[in-house]
Amino acid sequence: MEKPQGTLLSVESLTKSFPGALALDRVDFTLRAGEVHALLGENGAGKSTLIKCLTGAYRRDSGEILLDGRPFDPRDTFEAQALGIGTVYQEVNLLPNLTVAENLYLGRQPRRFGMVSVRELNAKARALLSRYGLDIDVTRELSSYSVAVQQIVAIARAVDLSGRILVLDEPTASLDAQEVRLVFDIVRRLREQGLGIIFITHFLDQVFELSDRITVLRNGRLVGTRRTAEIKRIELVTMMLGHELSQETRHHAADRPNDAPPAYRFRDFGRAGAVQPFDLDVRRGEVVGVAGLLGSGRTETAEVIFGVRPHDSGTAEKEGRKLDLASPRAAIAEGFGFCPEDRKTDGIIGDLSVRENIILALQARRGWSRPLPRQEQIEIADRFIKALDIRTSDREKPIRLLSGGNQQKAILARWLATNPEFLILDEPTRGIDVGAHAEIIRLIESLCEKGMSLLVISSELEELVAYSHRVIVVRDRAHVAELVGEEINTDSIVRAIAAERPTEDAR
Amino acid sequence: MKSRYLPLAATTLIFLLAYTLCYAQFPAMLSTRVIGNLFTDNAFLGIAAVGMTFVILSGGIDLSIGSVIAFTSVFIAVLLAGTGLHPLTVFALALVISTLFGAAMGAVIHYLEMPPFIVTLAGMFLARGMAFVLSIDSIPVAHPFYDVLQSLYWRMPGGGRLTLIGVLMLLVFLAGILLAHRTRFGANVYALGGGAATARLMGVAVGQTTIAIYALSGLLAGLSGIVFSLYTSAGYSLSAVGVELDAIAAVVIGGTLLTGGSGFIAGTFVGILITGLIQTYITFDGTLSSWWTKIVIGILLFAFIFLQKGILWVSSRNRVALDHAHGR
Repeated sequence: MEKPQGTLLSVESLTKSFPGALALDRVDFTLRAGEVHALLGENGAGKSTLIKCLTGAYRRDSGEILLDGRPFDPRDTFEAQALGIGTVYQEVNLLPNLTVAENLYLGRQPRRFGMVSVRELNAKARALLSRYGLDIDVTRELSSYSVAVQQIVAIARAVDLSGRILVLDEPTASLDAQEVRLVFDIVRRLREQGLGIIFITHFLDQVFELSDRITVLRNGRLVGTRRTAEIKRIELVTMMLGHELSQETRHHAADRPNDAPPAYRFRDFGRAGAVQPFDLDVRRGEVVGVAGLLGSGRTETAEVIFGVRPHDSGTAEKEGRKLDLASPRAAIAEGFGFCPEDRKTDGIIGDLSVRENIILALQARRGWSRPLPRQEQIEIADRFIKALDIRTSDREKPIRLLSGGNQQKAILARWLATNPEFLILDEPTRGIDVGAHAEIIRLIESLCEKGMSLLVISSELEELVAYSHRVIVVRDRAHVAELVGEEINTDSIVRAIAAERPTEDAR
Repeated sequence: MKSRYLPLAATTLIFLLAYTLCYAQFPAMLSTRVIGNLFTDNAFLGIAAVGMTFVILSGGIDLSIGSVIAFTSVFIAVLLAGTGLHPLTVFALALVISTLFGAAMGAVIHYLEMPPFIVTLAGMFLARGMAFVLSIDSIPVAHPFYDVLQSLYWRMPGGGRLTLIGVLMLLVFLAGILLAHRTRFGANVYALGGGAATARLMGVAVGQTTIAIYALSGLLAGLSGIVFSLYTSAGYSLSAVGVELDAIAAVVIGGTLLTGGSGFIAGTFVGILITGLIQTYITFDGTLSSWWTKIVIGILLFAFIFLQKGILWVSSRNRVALDHAHGR
């Protein structure tokens, strides 16, 4: 089939801001008919904001979008769909309790004499799916099929509804290797039919396998658009992480080496589907950094250690004693603490006061039958508000009224109040201002001087280099490298992240 | 068999089994007389339960049904006693009021984003209170047209009577089945039960559908009130207490998932028959307290909750793998 080469969609100088944040800053983007265009960037880069402006979920502040040369300004997702832009999300956005046919034609069911003609509905659905090489019983509920089939049904529906541009937002995140290939075959077929496809994923291998061009965003700005055939992995990772090779970062931790014997030993520790078994030693007073791209398994490493997703292989021991890390409760009892990445959903409880948020973990460890006396709660809260310089007018203020940095410090205080011996911080400096940044880093350093062991996950490589004694590099859900001493610099971290994976079935 | 038919099959099987056991003990129970009475005695409950099935399928709940039935019966009795209006006019007025009442609850649920439980609880108190405002006494209905309606029946072979209200219930069930499975509205109800946010993304007019669902439930509660009025020939504000809970029980025993999205109107019909069967058995036995009905229904409810959990668990493990489904 002849490949149409015209420009399907062009975005010029698109800007979108939210209160307190500029999510997209004059971003340009073009999509040609018959191409798969990968859109890459770390969390907060602006990928999803760009997509939401295209699919009508957000209205842009300024800038121009042309679809087929005509101005395009959808008020909602339905208008975007009618104009030709369909979206398929990671979480299948179909109804599991309806049949496959009903899902494909909900709201558009063929009718005869005012009644839905089930026979015609099922025949249409079968015909539609057979074009995707899918021969399934369309009268069964969607939930009786695997996620891959559901994903293909979602693609079929989106293309049938819109037909010009297909946005795939991490469609492969929960599929296995064989299923990914099937979805890719379908995407290639749609590309041949002349659709423009925007493909968002964390898996760089998939980007190189499928896409024709790549656009990288960072902090709401366009970093660049390249042809996939002409870019190397390392350049791509550099573009995504925004690290410039000339930049020198001082390695603070090297000034205070730590040669103590390992206090914590993890052996073959892992969980199927989350992170492959890894070995990890952590000394007292040591900061171990975890580097990797979004979705690489860095957060999963923390969750498996803390028992959020209990490990299903391997052992953990502390100075020769076996540790029970089967659940967060057990991990807390063993002296572990965990500040999660997404404060809003996993960390703060917005309507509770600063004091209540701070004493939460301590109270949980004591058990509900032994409430912490009010006076003691106040003392603890006041001590940490002072020590961490949490800026709040009142310890009884609901925590959602505080700024991001202060919320982050309050969560840190929550875990520090339990006197943990092993503290995991996932992206401790995300979304907070530069001043608070430096304070959190100073705090990390002072904690480890007091003998606490820390595991810090961050996509800010300079930060990791600054405070880590060792850096673990995670890729494709496995620990692939460990950097120590002089090796700890942004250059070698980027190289380790970008390295070609040794075997094909590593994931 | 597809797993979504399992609860319906289980209910039907339980009903047939129970009927066989009853028949073994009291052969007289297998007669058109008993079946005719089963329909007549449960007509008002069955009609209300059809509305409840739609509400539960959409993931909601309607606690106002019993109160709306009582209000309607009092409304009819007061108007017939106090004015010269023809019963048909009064019926039409009652249906308009109950439908608008349901639609208003649906609107509050949708636009104020309130849980249906709370909104319809308020509706329950409101409707019951309004019934008391109209009259605190039990008002008998004596109207020639009522006598005509009550004397309408079809004598089935074997001497059983299929009364007007019994037929009305059967018609409501038939209409409910068509509405649920053969209209876009029905598909939207299931879609809401599967997930309101996803349904909205897929283009379902969530507000419109929610209001229509509660309006339908109100309409059927009103119709149930009319049937109740014909059945008892009276209007009393303390009547039909707890009918909403009996309806919910019939819906759940009929195999509809309380979380919404899965179930059948036909299942509710079997659920009603099971409830009626237990009562008939107790009448035949003569020594059992009528509270045994509640006990048996309680046990059945528990059994069905376990059954549904079990089916969900099994069907989530039996997903059709891609390599089988992807034939090329």
